[in-house]
Amino acid sequence: MDLTTRYLGLTLPHPLVLGASPLVDDLGAVRRAEDLGAAAIVMHSLFEEQISHERHARAELARHEESFAEALYFAPHRAEFHLGPHEYLEQIRRIKDAVAIPIVASLNGTTNTGWLEYAKLIDQAGADALELNAYRVATDPEESGDSVEKTTADMLATVKAQTRLPVAVKLSPYHTSLAHFARRLASAHADGLVLFNRFYQPDLDLEALEVAHRLELSTSADLLLRLRWLAVLSAQVDVSFAVSGGVHSVEDVVKVIMTGADAVQLVSEILQHGLHRFTELRGELERWLEAHEYHSLAQARRSMNLANCPDPKVYERTSYLRILNSWPPPESRAR
Amino acid sequence: MDANEAVASVAYRLNEVIGIYPITPASAMGEQCDEWSASGRTNLWGSVPSVVEMQSEGGAAGAVHGALQAGALATTFTASQGLLLMLPNLYKIAGELLPCVIHVAARSLATHALSIFCDHSDVMACRQTGFALLASSSVEEAQDFACIAQAATLESRVPFLHFFDGFRTSHELTRVHVLADDDLRAMVDPRRVAEVRRAALSPDHPSVRGTAQNPDTFFQAREASNRFYRACPGVVLDVLARFAERTGRRYEPFTYEGHPEAELVVVAMGSAAVTAFETARHLAARGLKVGAVKVSLFRPFGGEQLARKLPASVRRIAVLDRTKEPGAVGEPLYLDVVAALAETGRLRATEVIGGRYGLGSKELTPAMVARVFDELAAPAPRRHFSLGITDDVTLESLDVVEELDLAPGRAHEAVFYGLGADGTVGANKNTIKILGDEAGYEVQGFFVYDSKKSGAVTVSHLRFAREPIGRPYLIGRADFVACHEFELLERLPVVEHAREGGTLLLNTPFEPRLVWQRLSAETRREIRARRLRLFAIDGYAVARDAGLGRHINTVMQACFFALTELMPVEQSLAALRRAVEQSYAKKGPDVVRQNVDALERARAMLVEIVVPAEDEPGAAPRPPLVPRRAPEFVQRVTALMLAGRGDALPVSAFPVDGVWPSGTSRFEKRRLTHTIPVWDNALCIQCNKCVLACPHAAIRAKVFEPVALATAPAGFAATAWKGHDFPGESYALAVAPEDCTGCRLCVEVCPAKDKARPRRRALEMQPLAPLFETAKQGYDFFLELPEVERKRVHLDVKGSQLLEPLFEYSGACAGCGETPYLKLLTQLFGDRLLVANATGCSSIYGGNLPTTPYASNADGRGPAWANSLFEDNAEFGFGMRLAVDAHRRAASELVRELSAEVGASLAEALLGAEQATEAGLVAQRQRVAELKLALRASSTPAAARLLELADYLVEKSLWIVGGDGWAYDIGFGGLDHVLASNLDVNVLVLDTEVYSNTGGQKSKSTPRGAVAKFAALGKDSEKKDLGLHAMSYGHVYVARVAFGAKDAQTVRAFVEAAAHPGPSLVIAYAPCIAHGYDLAFGARQQKLAVESGVWPLFRFDPARLERGEPPLELDATPGKASVRDYLADELRFQLVERRDRARYEQLLAATERDVRHRIELYQALSHLKLSASK
Repeated sequence: MDLTTRYLGLTLPHPLVLGASPLVDDLGAVRRAEDLGAAAIVMHSLFEEQISHERHARAELARHEESFAEALYFAPHRAEFHLGPHEYLEQIRRIKDAVAIPIVASLNGTTNTGWLEYAKLIDQAGADALELNAYRVATDPEESGDSVEKTTADMLATVKAQTRLPVAVKLSPYHTSLAHFARRLASAHADGLVLFNRFYQPDLDLEALEVAHRLELSTSADLLLRLRWLAVLSAQVDVSFAVSGGVHSVEDVVKVIMTGADAVQLVSEILQHGLHRFTELRGELERWLEAHEYHSLAQARRSMNLANCPDPKVYERTSYLRILNSWPPPESRAR
Repeated sequence: MDANEAVASVAYRLNEVIGIYPITPASAMGEQCDEWSASGRTNLWGSVPSVVEMQSEGGAAGAVHGALQAGALATTFTASQGLLLMLPNLYKIAGELLPCVIHVAARSLATHALSIFCDHSDVMACRQTGFALLASSSVEEAQDFACIAQAATLESRVPFLHFFDGFRTSHELTRVHVLADDDLRAMVDPRRVAEVRRAALSPDHPSVRGTAQNPDTFFQAREASNRFYRACPGVVLDVLARFAERTGRRYEPFTYEGHPEAELVVVAMGSAAVTAFETARHLAARGLKVGAVKVSLFRPFGGEQLARKLPASVRRIAVLDRTKEPGAVGEPLYLDVVAALAETGRLRATEVIGGRYGLGSKELTPAMVARVFDELAAPAPRRHFSLGITDDVTLESLDVVEELDLAPGRAHEAVFYGLGADGTVGANKNTIKILGDEAGYEVQGFFVYDSKKSGAVTVSHLRFAREPIGRPYLIGRADFVACHEFELLERLPVVEHAREGGTLLLNTPFEPRLVWQRLSAETRREIRARRLRLFAIDGYAVARDAGLGRHINTVMQACFFALTELMPVEQSLAALRRAVEQSYAKKGPDVVRQNVDALERARAMLVEIVVPAEDEPGAAPRPPLVPRRAPEFVQRVTALMLAGRGDALPVSAFPVDGVWPSGTSRFEKRRLTHTIPVWDNALCIQCNKCVLACPHAAIRAKVFEPVALATAPAGFAATAWKGHDFPGESYALAVAPEDCTGCRLCVEVCPAKDKARPRRRALEMQPLAPLFETAKQGYDFFLELPEVERKRVHLDVKGSQLLEPLFEYSGACAGCGETPYLKLLTQLFGDRLLVANATGCSSIYGGNLPTTPYASNADGRGPAWANSLFEDNAEFGFGMRLAVDAHRRAASELVRELSAEVGASLAEALLGAEQATEAGLVAQRQRVAELKLALRASSTPAAARLLELADYLVEKSLWIVGGDGWAYDIGFGGLDHVLASNLDVNVLVLDTEVYSNTGGQKSKSTPRGAVAKFAALGKDSEKKDLGLHAMSYGHVYVARVAFGAKDAQTVRAFVEAAAHPGPSLVIAYAPCIAHGYDLAFGARQQKLAVESGVWPLFRFDPARLERGEPPLELDATPGKASVRDYLADELRFQLVERRDRARYEQLLAATERDVRHRIELYQALSHLKLSASK
């Protein structure tokens, strides 16, 4: 069964990719991922804050240097120690040395400023592609939706100017006109779109009166939102698509392929059940396609998106009512 | 490079075993070697030397001795007290003719005071050991002599002590012709190395060494080594000749320079010899018949070689010694020269005089050397003199009035005043590199640092020239003077440093048109008198606009290049840009761009300020540095030291025995912060945690009668006391705006959150400028409010923090984790407290002049504080206890004896007094006052004796204080001995888990997984459990505390320790800048340490044993946080992860196991029931 797919200009033997996770910090896990069949690896993000944090840590050390005659500095080997970003670049190099599959690095921030210049360093470190993670919660009442989109498009332009690597933009679902925005990014030379970001959701610590952050693993329920937008966008914008969040079973994989994904990023499923899920899902995907008499994955790709599905309206407004109607009223559920 | 680096590089390559121990100013040599060893750098023979830190210099010398006996090439580095601790082994090594070189950055020995600075008193204490003494006078020479000494020791078998001037040479930055491996190889004879191997103590060819010899043989056997010493000067000559052949650099045991027919000659050793040469050449060129001799090989002293070097015409010689031997006929070099001339028959025609100079890094300038030549030319020169000070008591000093600039214009000289935190020194080091590497200048950089650890001032002295610079002294008059912090301009003699017609650059926050108006009348006068060109820039604004925050170093550096034109403008800009790219490349491209931005903006923003030709009326005078209400001594002496004019103080200004007044830090107002905590009295819950946490006693609380508020200044906040213990009284919290360092610790520990807006707490940092006057008036008023009556206070966190702190405004780092404990100590016991303080951070911020933080209360009582040494502190405090106890016993006996005279009931009350409570102490003090009154009426000798001792009838609280370097390492033997006694001594260990004062070297307290100097890859052994060790005695009270985790337990432990009748040990977790995080979060880290079990809190009280209870009480249940969480926020642990993640994980796992085992052990102990003693 031919499962090959092209994502961001890379030819992958199949669409199952290890998404951004802490596993990439562990070279052993990275090697196992390759052995067990991951088609590519997405690094977790190098955060804008990480870059500025590194600067602060160094400043904290430097603040006490060259002040007092008996102690001109404190940390040994300070020239040799590399904090955040450097370590990130080193890890790209190490992973490239360790495995043959493509590496997608990731930059995560919200401002179109100097930190984006790391794109060049990531390129030099050997990454095969780059994900630009425009992770933000738009909280400023002075800022319009257009301006939010423009900032992301500008960031993309800055990154594209730094590197010739293919660049995918990882989106949040919370944009006013996602289709319009997607087209704007495509015309700013985005090579792909990743749907979607999952925000850390704030929670409260009632004893300390503090805000606590938490992130829970995805479930197949998270997939539905992505299916809709894959179906919509893949019919309208000619770029690569990847899905991130909510793929747990072979059915999920088939669904995202049919709605438009070229690559499928797996994280929660792997963290919960282990890297061997790559082998299993790949086998299951083959068997599913065979059982359903597909001769290749390509045949299924985008078959159920807005352009090709039998009833495109389902992806649009009317489906809203239908779904609501499918729920019995609360009192009937109580019974 | 500096001499420490140059010497270490040679020593590292030529040795196999290196025993190290930190001591200023030699620490850097050991640190370098440790880093090289950790990164696998090899020596000349392709192996990586073993670099081992020992528990003391005595230990390092012992290890070196052992390594030498076992046939290795071994070395060590040290200075001052460290060298003294090596003395016994120096005799041994020399007595056994073991080839070896040790390198010493010469430093003063502590006498009436400690000094980290240079003189030769340490090496002079070794001149009798049998080591050869080789003195270097410059950085390059130090490198060369390191190699020459190694070659000479191998060939002569005489061990060498190679020394150079601490700081002046050890820390001077300059260009050096670096010795390549091949140079070293050419100098070290492999046959001699083979001999060392063959001489090794080995079971394969056994021998016995270190025998005991009896009267029949010891003497002859001792004389058996004579021939090696006779041969040694000749060997050195050979080696020097070989070295000259190879490198072209010629040295001699004695070097003469000056007029070939000199009549007057100065003899000196170390860097002073360079100054003597330069001055002699200068004067000889003007026709004066003068010359100078540099002594390089001081031991064995080649008298004949010296005599041969002196021109036949010499009539008078002045020998300069950089040491003092009270009571001797003269200082050692003087005596040797006299003896050498006598033995060579030249003394008949030559008169020799001797002088002392340069003790504790006092400067020796050409003018001083010229003054010595004047003295030699006088009809009757003084036979003994001192140089560089004004001795108005014994009148020994030569008065130097004129300045002497040897070669004006030959070098460009620049002086920079900056703050440690603003990066001035770093930028200057960078400038030196650029001008040296890219513009081919000869360069010299010397940096003068502060005695304070927070808000430290740095003064950089930079010279650039087209010819070798020499000049081992500070710049007197500079072509360029920069003041990087406007405040310093009026505080320190900044403008005075400028040469006439020179350039003055100010970093000011003011608009150009306002700059001149902001200068004091005196500063304006000085600028005008010197006809200076004045430039200004708002460096902070430029840095801010370029996104660099408060880092002005790049900005000011660009201004320096622009104004001095030492390089063509475009070329310098390009060089600066490259430098920026190099130094910031790892910080990311945007940082590079921001700095390049700043470079360009700086040039644009630099403006020349027009200096008005005429004096204008109305200029404000310079404000006084100390308030007019300060005591006479502070006005007369301290004020001058604060103004950077301490050099001008004459001998008569000083106490003769090192006894100084305490409580002077309150007169030094340093204004270190731009933001201060502001108190919301409505929100405050009056927990006083902020007061406890403040490292500088800059936030204080009082309870008082509300009537006192009648005269409160506007804006002074107070509120009703919330507790039941002071009904109807008021409470106020006040911040000292001139003493606060802005560390934010108080804000971070404040638990009082606004329920409606939890972001707000009862303390909030706010910009100081608009609040300053109100805050200052409020604080002054607060200080005048009455102190609480001690006996009314409950000794918990809240109560203890109402007590007056008698440790205040020290020079400790902002956010220091040690000082809150000391402050607490003075609050609890200050009026009866004796402190024996080990050398280290606590002795530096506790006793480093100009001002000291230990204070006294309104009755004149307060902590009595003394520092002896690093290694002996437990014994030192023990001795104090013995004395105090003896006085008390004697007083008690006298009270009994004089019971009839003073009244039987008073006598009985005095002897049986309860003194465990504040009320009991107050009552006893009253009784002592009554007793004194009664005794004054009597004239018997016994009454007079008792009058002297009566105060000892009031209990004294004796605390032995020091850091972990002392308690775990160098002082451990003594500490152990003292704990084993039954005396009532209390030990407070301020545990920062490294040698903080010398820059963060590993101690046995350093936890596994932490990077420290001497543990560059992260320490891989468990922290020593000092508490467990002390518990093993059974009678010692032991507590482990962390005020940021559980302050109530800390206070309780202090009170219990003091009450325990035997020895007590309190081990206190002290966050330190060496841990690598913002110390505002020090309390949070302490909490994590405790909650993760890394720092268990416990109290072990022998009294509980008596009651049949388990003696150990665990005061915190670990498990709420993980070890990983604790390690995550401190750079000392994170540096391991950044370098080697696998090692980090492995050390983390080992730490987790350590923690688990430790807790299990403590838990077992806390359930242990021992049978009570009957």
